[in-house]
Amino acid sequence: MSTSSVSKGCFVFKPSSKKRKTRSLEHYFTRDCEGRESSERRFKLCEDLWNKIKAETEVLQEELNKKILDSLLDFAKKCSTTRQHCDWASKMRANEIPTAALVLGVNVPDHDMTFQSLFDLLKHSVTPHVVSVQAKECGVLKHLLKRVLEGLMDVAVDDDDEEEMEQNPRSVHCSLSTLSDWYTAKTKKSSSATPGKKRNVQDEDEHHHHHQTPPVVIIFKDLEGFNPRVLQDFISICSRYIDRLPLMFIFGIATSPSTVQHMLPHSVSSLLCIELFQSLSCTQHLATVIDKLILTAQFPFKLNGKVMQVLISIFLYHDFSVRNFIKGLQLALLEHFHSQPLSILCCKKKEALLNVTLLSGRDLETVRQLPSFIRFVEKQEAGEQVKLMTDDDHLKEACQKLIKDLRKYHKSYYPVLRCLHTLTSLLPRYPLGKQIRELHLICLEKNVWENEDYQSAMKLLKMLAKDELITSLRKCSEILSSAKSKKMKKAFTELDELLAKFKHLDAVPETVQEEPESVTSPIRNLQQQKKTDLFQLQKTLLEMNESRRSKKKSPFELLRNEVVEFIDGLVTCHLPPPESQTLYEVCYYSSSATVRRHLNATPRTSIQTALSSPCFYLQNESLKNEDGTVSNSAPDICIAYKLHLECGRLINLYDWLEAYATVVSAAEGQDPDCDTFGKVDDVKHARFIRSVSELEFLGFIKSTRQKTDHVARLTWGGC
Amino acid sequence: MTGVLHHPGYADEKLQRVEQLIPCRELQAGMLVSLMGQPQHYSYPSIFIYGHRASGKSHVLHILMKELELPHAAVSCVECVSAALLYERVLTSFFGRSAASFLPRSPSLSEFVRLYRHQRSQSPAEQTRYIVMEKAELLRDADANLLPALLRLQELVDDNITVILLSEIVWEKFRPNTGCFEPLLLHFPDYSKGELQQILSTDSHPSYSAELYSSYINILLGVFYSVCRDLRELRHLAALNFNKFCEPLTEGKVKETETHKLWRNIEPHLKKAMQTVYIREVSSLQWEQMQQTEDEGGALRGLSAHTHVELPYYSKFLLIAAYLASYNPARTDKRFFVKHHGKIRKTNFLKKNEKTSNHLLGPKPFALDRLLAIFYSVVDSRVAPTASIFSQISSLVTLQLLTQISHTDQLDAPKYKCSISLDFISAVSRTVNFDIVKYLYDFL
Repeated sequence: MSTSSVSKGCFVFKPSSKKRKTRSLEHYFTRDCEGRESSERRFKLCEDLWNKIKAETEVLQEELNKKILDSLLDFAKKCSTTRQHCDWASKMRANEIPTAALVLGVNVPDHDMTFQSLFDLLKHSVTPHVVSVQAKECGVLKHLLKRVLEGLMDVAVDDDDEEEMEQNPRSVHCSLSTLSDWYTAKTKKSSSATPGKKRNVQDEDEHHHHHQTPPVVIIFKDLEGFNPRVLQDFISICSRYIDRLPLMFIFGIATSPSTVQHMLPHSVSSLLCIELFQSLSCTQHLATVIDKLILTAQFPFKLNGKVMQVLISIFLYHDFSVRNFIKGLQLALLEHFHSQPLSILCCKKKEALLNVTLLSGRDLETVRQLPSFIRFVEKQEAGEQVKLMTDDDHLKEACQKLIKDLRKYHKSYYPVLRCLHTLTSLLPRYPLGKQIRELHLICLEKNVWENEDYQSAMKLLKMLAKDELITSLRKCSEILSSAKSKKMKKAFTELDELLAKFKHLDAVPETVQEEPESVTSPIRNLQQQKKTDLFQLQKTLLEMNESRRSKKKSPFELLRNEVVEFIDGLVTCHLPPPESQTLYEVCYYSSSATVRRHLNATPRTSIQTALSSPCFYLQNESLKNEDGTVSNSAPDICIAYKLHLECGRLINLYDWLEAYATVVSAAEGQDPDCDTFGKVDDVKHARFIRSVSELEFLGFIKSTRQKTDHVARLTWGGC
Repeated sequence: MTGVLHHPGYADEKLQRVEQLIPCRELQAGMLVSLMGQPQHYSYPSIFIYGHRASGKSHVLHILMKELELPHAAVSCVECVSAALLYERVLTSFFGRSAASFLPRSPSLSEFVRLYRHQRSQSPAEQTRYIVMEKAELLRDADANLLPALLRLQELVDDNITVILLSEIVWEKFRPNTGCFEPLLLHFPDYSKGELQQILSTDSHPSYSAELYSSYINILLGVFYSVCRDLRELRHLAALNFNKFCEPLTEGKVKETETHKLWRNIEPHLKKAMQTVYIREVSSLQWEQMQQTEDEGGALRGLSAHTHVELPYYSKFLLIAAYLASYNPARTDKRFFVKHHGKIRKTNFLKKNEKTSNHLLGPKPFALDRLLAIFYSVVDSRVAPTASIFSQISSLVTLQLLTQISHTDQLDAPKYKCSISLDFISAVSRTVNFDIVKYLYDFL
């Protein structure tokens, strides 16, 4: 860059307006991913799959929000209609501002979507005058007023009105009376709109018919963040205009509704007519998302147990954010397609079978090296083994079959998982978890039937009361009936037969029926005292077992055992962990460390890693030292850091400098016997000072007044 | 018959209409009218009126100004977020919109005065002009020169103008320490029970007799007068509960004259209203619905019943740690969180000022590192110091469960306070099986 100026000085060069070419996502995806050849197709697959998942989540969110939004809309409509009534009671208390307190849970960033859809819905069906404000934009009353006015008047202003706005855009007019004038003008105009104008007349007429004066809705997105003083003043101003301006508030509350009372004194809260709306709790929200996105054979992409565990624990332990969970899923998806060349087979059946035929030699070699495939090969006969390892076409055929098997596995896995969950979720103390995701995690990890809890659950199932057992079996049969695979159809018919037998039992003459009654009654007692501790429960169960052994089993008991055996059979047949399936690597993403590193960053650990082993980030082999110490040719700051680790709470700067100079001199290859060895010269001094101030900036040391020429150390451990 | 209000400057029928509109405030209105004098005469420069909430200050002035057709500017100080808005209002209502447009962007007081004088020279006052300022207590927070200037605005602009200040606070709390022109003080006393009865009875329901409504108001006041004397609140409550009162009448069980039966019917209901709708535990809309559906033992929970907050697992522990850091003296941390701390007796271990309960003194500030140190020792598993732990602290601050007391710009060693109650934290710690009382110094 050059200037035509002859004088010396600093010149500012603004970046040229032409932006650097933004590269497409695809470019970044394919740039350094495994298996270049298929990367483009994989990117396409990944994108398609993500779009599908995204669409699904959007539908899901909409459904979840529907109930609360509908009731909110009803509230808004009701408010605007009661205002128009002119009976005595409503006239007497017309000065209250209708307010909806919307409790949304502690994760504030997640609310954005809800508010957006609320905003759109209100705009579409109740009133054109909606504005939403955020606490961070409204530190003082003036800004709040300004935001409200801008939001309302800009959005609804027609072209010709905009000129007016331009004439007096000064903030002097930033008062509610301006808004009220604008509102009266607006409503008057829309009621006098004649058919000749370009407005959508019919729509307008209808609108006009229903609400002559549409309410003005103000949404406070995060009530907790607002300055109480500002809010109080704003509300008291608004209440002065309520007769002219049909206002309505929506408070977004993250914690609990009692915050309203904490923030507003009685004199202000008496101006509001607050109605409470509680949204779905975020754990329930997550459960639905998992149910629809993870526990389904619809999407070929799967997470393995560890990744799932990481995502769920981030949710439960850290942020309660469903949005982050979905983002995590997206990350895993992207990583999977990016790092696994065989992910090209992770798609719909037809496409997958086609893609198998397109596999390159290198891809087939990767298939041969997959641990699950090796296990599979070992089980085959010798001739077949050789064929699989050498004949590419044969391998392709085998792969097609294996892919089909994997799909079948998924098709039966989820229905059976749901059945097992329906049955075990009735049991006292939930031996296999209260939520289906817990059961899913257990199943992903290892053979669930080898689990102790599973065995105790089966024992408990064998003692279930009749009505409970039958209702849950009905639910199971519903689940199985909706499954499409052949195996599931078969299981469904078997279960139906069993259910029919139960029905048949009822029809048996009473003399026989008496017996099961007497047996089940102690179990009923047991069910009632669910709260008893496990020890007591086991004791009673054991006692009952003993007494039962002596007795002959009733037909009901026999049947019940049969059912439990049947369920057990289904579980052992269909719920082995995915790791046991051949080619599971195609669909399952398993790098939990990557996900954890990306989603749950540990800044301090990475800084310490960088300082203690610089080769980790610099990727310079020469810096590597075997015993974990820093080589003396490491960057200055690493040496200073290493030396400071050896000090106590207070560090003498001069000693530190000396030590530093010694190490650096050795690095420069000076002769240790030389006179100047370890002497501090200006350059070393400057380098030292720079690294010390860098350490101070990173928060490892700070200056102290306790001792002259000393600094205080701030971190411990990490040696 | 002629009323209390009399003044040669105003027509009698006008004054009589005023009198009808302001029941029980005739005396104060009469005083005001005599202070105002005849329209064309100069009046006292500033009048200060004080009285409790809903004692009729604004109402009386509004009616006077309107019925006597006096030129006036009514301004609420809450609304005037800046002095400019106030000036603009005044100029607009006296000289029209065009006058206000001459105001510069952020006008000073002297500019306002100059502009006013200029306008006045074009259209001098034929009658006294009034500026009525509601919620005048907010003027104390405005520029220091605004209040003294308003008090002697008559002198400054050299016009027949009177400023009337309305406030809930006595004048003594206003007086600036540099001294100022003393306004005339006028007190509006609270309405007595009889007066409340009289005023409330005026808005009777059109389909019932005035006597019935009056007896209803009598019952209402019997219940509420001891807790609430705010006219507006009482009127609100009267409107809300009247339907219920009339229920036996519409069903034909009771005649209008049987007030005792009506009283028996409504009294428990009003008591319930006092505990719920009066303190805004339930909204008036919900209250009406409850009346219609005939509640089954308070199925509806009030606002304060919802105190439960769902938090992520580590946030709960962070909150517990913050509570402990706020209410335990820092010196005792060793005793609670170090395994082999040795025995420290409470009595000789204490400093004198620590003997009072920390809960009575309120939360104390603590530094971030102390919070984290306690957090790592109370949480049962090993937790990596991830970024999300730190972001949880700041989200607790935005949820107002913690408050940051050092300035947000200060990145180095931020300090916090825990702003939640013992009940809240015990509820939270119960969900994670943590016995917080065992770790609190006050409960040792």
